[in-house]
Formats: sequence, structure tokens, C-alpha cells
Amino acid sequence: MSGRPRVGVVTFPGSLDDRDALRAVELMGGEGIRLWHGEPKLGAVDAVILPGGFSYGDYLRAGAIARFAPVMAEIAAFAARGGPVLGICNGFQILCEAGLLPGALIRNRSLRFVCRVVNLRVETSTTPFTSQLVAGEVLSIPIKHGEGQFVASAEEVERIEGEGQVVFRYCSPEGDTGEDWNPNGSTNGIAGVRSREGNVVGLMPHPEHAVDPDVGPTGGQPIFGSLFAELLAAVS
Amino acid sequence: MKRRFEVLVSLKPGLLDPQGKAVEGALPAMGWTNASSVRVGKHIELTIEADSEEAAREQVEEMARRLLSNPVIEDYRILAAEEVAG
Repeated sequence: MSGRPRVGVVTFPGSLDDRDALRAVELMGGEGIRLWHGEPKLGAVDAVILPGGFSYGDYLRAGAIARFAPVMAEIAAFAARGGPVLGICNGFQILCEAGLLPGALIRNRSLRFVCRVVNLRVETSTTPFTSQLVAGEVLSIPIKHGEGQFVASAEEVERIEGEGQVVFRYCSPEGDTGEDWNPNGSTNGIAGVRSREGNVVGLMPHPEHAVDPDVGPTGGQPIFGSLFAELLAAVS
Repeated sequence: MKRRFEVLVSLKPGLLDPQGKAVEGALPAMGWTNASSVRVGKHIELTIEADSEEAAREQVEEMARRLLSNPVIEDYRILAAEEVAG
């Protein structure tokens, strides 16, 4: 890598937050590269973001159709080589459908679309997107989803928790967890998880909407900051 | 030979079904206080062209497993294999 970290952002039919993700990458000092779902190539990118939205109208299940897009095989290969991949909201749903992340996202327990700023407790720094954070830190980041309830079988949840694959949990401003702070009924208040290896991360909240202090909270900054620090450190 | 299949997809028994709960909550208001355990699933119909019923069913199985359902949260059942004209 030379100069600014190059971050590819995939646009699927129905993606909404691809432009915000590209803008966040640029604001944080990276170079945003537009990727098209139908192109089976990534080019020279250092990391990939699957953005939020409603790919293929959420038909069948959120993310179910997008996971078979030509670009997804390339992303799976990139992830297998250790490349950092971040799935945000619909991107998280796509990564779960693709089997790159454990669990699944179903309709919010309330059956309502939820759009507000939430607090997230960082559970692990063992991912490229949380490497500059400390477990227990609280980030303020918006959510906006109707199908964000994280579920998995009881055995799978136990395994995910036991192996430290939970990356973010919904919490109070002080970092307390519990159903009072759970906006969608997610099991154990899980807001984000990582792959076994740690380089693939998915979360329902939107860090790309939380990097500009002029328009809201800035909890997304350390997530992009962690990624860029990792990428720059890998070079030197 | 073309055959018409139906695939029923349902949330796994252990999982809370928010849609089923919402429907269940609406029924008593309409006078049905005796309905319980409502679950909402998906019904998918498709026509398969294959040499034999067995071959067709095998393909529907694979479609159901890989795309029509998500094995993490859902079960599926394949119903009927009616021959259709054309």
C-alpha cells in the first residue's frame, strides 16, 4: 500500500449508504473506491465495505440475493486471504447470508423500524476495525433498521460468546447492557460480530453516519481510524 | 417433463417469530380468543423441468437449502410434485 488506504465500497441494486461510506472513508483520510456488485473483481483495495440499504429490496430475506452477486466470490477470497471486510447493516446481513459471519438478522422484536442514536460497548479490540479501541469503551452511533435482531442457535451463541466473536453490544451511556438498552431484541444485545479469524466484522449500527461532528455523533471515527492505523502499520 | 413444486419455509421452532406474535395479538380483538402459537412463514411455488421426479426433487432440495431458506434460522418442507403441461 502506498499513500492513503484504499477502501472499496460495493454498490448493490438497492444499496443506500454506499455514498456515505465512501464519503466517510475520504473524511477519515482514506481513498474510497467504488465497486460494482456485478463485476467479479476488487482491484487494488486494502479493505472492503459492504454498505447499508435494501439490496434486491430485501426480497426473500435481507441479503439473501445479494450474497450470490459476482463480486461476493471475490470478497470471500479476499477475506480468506485475511483482508479486512466490514459489513454495515444490510452489509452485515449479506455477510451472514454468505456464511462469512455467524448468526442471522431477523425482524426487530418490536416489529418496528428503529431509527435513532444508540450506545455501543466495544467487546474486543481483536479486529482491524477496533484495534485502536479498548474493550469496555462506549461509542455513540446511529441505527436505522427493521431487521436487526441478531439470532443464532443457543449452542452457536455460546460458541460466539466463548470465542470472543462478539465485537459490539448495545448498552447505556455508561456501558451497562440489558434489555432496557436493546433496541431490536438481539440475543445478548449483540450489535456486531466478527469472523473466527477476526478480519471480517459486521454490525447493524452505521459508523459511516458518525464521522462528521457537524451532523451528529462521532462514534464511527475510531472504527475507520483503527482500520487505517492497521493498514498503515502493515506497510511500515 | 415439468413439475410444479411448493416449498414451505418456517422459522425454526426455538426462535421467537415477531410476525406470528403480531398476528396472534390481533386475533383476540376479532373475537378469536382460542388461537395460539401463530407462526408466519413463506410459501414458494416453482416449476422444474427435469427428466425424472427424483432429479427434480433433488434440485428443489438444493434450491431450498442454499437460497430459499437460511438454515441458521429456518426449516423447509417440500410439498407436491404435480406434473404440469408444456
